[in-house]
Amino acid sequence: MLKNDLVDIIREKALWMRRRAFTMVHDAQLGHPGGDFSAIDIIATLYFGVMRYDPKKPDMPERDRFIMSKGHATGALYTALCAAGYYPEDWLKTYMQPQSKLNGHPNRNYLPGVETNTGPLGHGLPVALGIAIAGQMTGSDYRTFVLTGDGELQEGSNWEAAMSAGNRKLGKFTLIVDRNRLQQGMGTEETNGLDPLDDKFRAFGWDVEVIDGHDVGALVNALSEPPGGRSKPLCIIANTIKGKGVSFMENKASWHHGVPNAEQYNIAMEELV
Amino acid sequence: MAAPAAKQEGFYDCRDAWARTIEELAENDPRIVAVVNDSVGSSKLGGFQKRFPDRLVNVGIAEQNMVGVGAGLANGGRIPFVSAASCFLTGRALEQVKADIAYAGFNVKLVGQSSGVAYGELGPTHHSIEDFAWLRPLSNIKVVVPADSWETAEAIKWAAAYEGPVYIRLSRMPVPDLVVENRKFQPGKAELVRKGDDVTIIACGTMVHLAVQAAVELEAEGISARILNMATISPLDEAAISAAASETGAIVTIEEANIHGGLGGAVAEHTSANLPVPIERMGFPGFVPTGSVEWLFDHFGLTATGIARSARKAIGRKRG
Repeated sequence: MLKNDLVDIIREKALWMRRRAFTMVHDAQLGHPGGDFSAIDIIATLYFGVMRYDPKKPDMPERDRFIMSKGHATGALYTALCAAGYYPEDWLKTYMQPQSKLNGHPNRNYLPGVETNTGPLGHGLPVALGIAIAGQMTGSDYRTFVLTGDGELQEGSNWEAAMSAGNRKLGKFTLIVDRNRLQQGMGTEETNGLDPLDDKFRAFGWDVEVIDGHDVGALVNALSEPPGGRSKPLCIIANTIKGKGVSFMENKASWHHGVPNAEQYNIAMEELV
Repeated sequence: MAAPAAKQEGFYDCRDAWARTIEELAENDPRIVAVVNDSVGSSKLGGFQKRFPDRLVNVGIAEQNMVGVGAGLANGGRIPFVSAASCFLTGRALEQVKADIAYAGFNVKLVGQSSGVAYGELGPTHHSIEDFAWLRPLSNIKVVVPADSWETAEAIKWAAAYEGPVYIRLSRMPVPDLVVENRKFQPGKAELVRKGDDVTIIACGTMVHLAVQAAVELEAEGISARILNMATISPLDEAAISAAASETGAIVTIEEANIHGGLGGAVAEHTSANLPVPIERMGFPGFVPTGSVEWLFDHFGLTATGIARSARKAIGRKRG
């Protein structure tokens, strides 16, 4: 497939995911739409341009793994897994309803395609590291991708895992940081600053790339394995916009777990085309 | 590996049985791996490391990462035994144990070493007497507390074959092998170590052999004490407890743990709701003062004489 065609397909999927996720949040009057929208282009690129998987065989040992460490952004994850064919669209309508498989944070025992249960922050990177070590140990060629928020990196467990990953030659291990610079209350730098984040990961023994996390072409390039592979884990710092795609949501911390009224929903649907 | 410094003849450090068994299992099953937090020596995994260097993951002094890595290794098709001092494994990484192991339901075996007050004078930061109360509500983790070397080896073999999360709590205190006829390790089942009708002493881990000594002391006074080795704390063998309550009418629980929320708490929960009988709960009431293991056991009455005293007290509280 030509790269431009691939980029178009991913963009189309990402648009569908944004519309569908926002509808889920509107219907449930619950969710984390700001973080869904900053992450959606990254996740769409992984599922529709990069990763190897078969939704009919969710436990296939050689599948690439995606771990959603920012587990609260379920609108992004659940729409991706649905679009990837893991379950029918009807399931999305049950989002957060009693007994739904679509809990407010993902549960691997409820949904095919979910690799581990996340929600409390700082859990995804260590689990993903274990998956990558298992692959290295067994000589498997699967890749392991983990997406964390940026505020989430204030959790110390991430740095335990970052140090450990840097000390192993885990060339098939990729961390993407959704660097929207906002946590639930205010900016990351006002709260407990992360910059210079790239230097931190380099110092921990990682390769680092800093890209625009909404530039699908750049995401495809950064997430694709280079010829000959890598000898270090890769950290992609994806600069993103919280609430990306809806004018009144962009860069507003209040949309971390804000939910739309009917008027806001209609405006968003007009903009997301 | 150096021979264990057994304090008394016939007493064995259960960590040696753990180390022997995990090496045997690993020899036959390449999926078995060990994960440690700089705890190769205290986990007695030096031999494992020599034989299977590529299957020992040492994450350094980083328990949250250690437990998360365990979950990830299980996702990748390995059978990880995550081994560390139980105080740090359960306390420092409790949220990882809850979310990554119990709630996610990964096939991970957590092996808590040197539990209870085994670290003696090092104090409550290094004691693991809260672990039962922390892990019991994590309903799909099996909590197993072997009483001797034989049971340690059997529990490790069972855990390797069982698909699901397990916490195995080991000590470093030498204990004798129990004498029970036709022994068979049954997870979730109390082991009847000694028959009796007047009182039941429900013990686990390092306390079981002391309970047997207490029963001998009581027998000399004409008191017949039933001894149950409750090696599985969760899920609890409720049938054995109901039988103990209805057939002996009084219960003593004893554990090298905090009396709140552990074995004694579990037994009291069950009996109070079903068959209320007098219960004497033995263990530690909270943080303990400085002292050797022997001093702490003696100070808190965790001795044959102390158990016999509690048994008499429980019998004295029976109605009519």
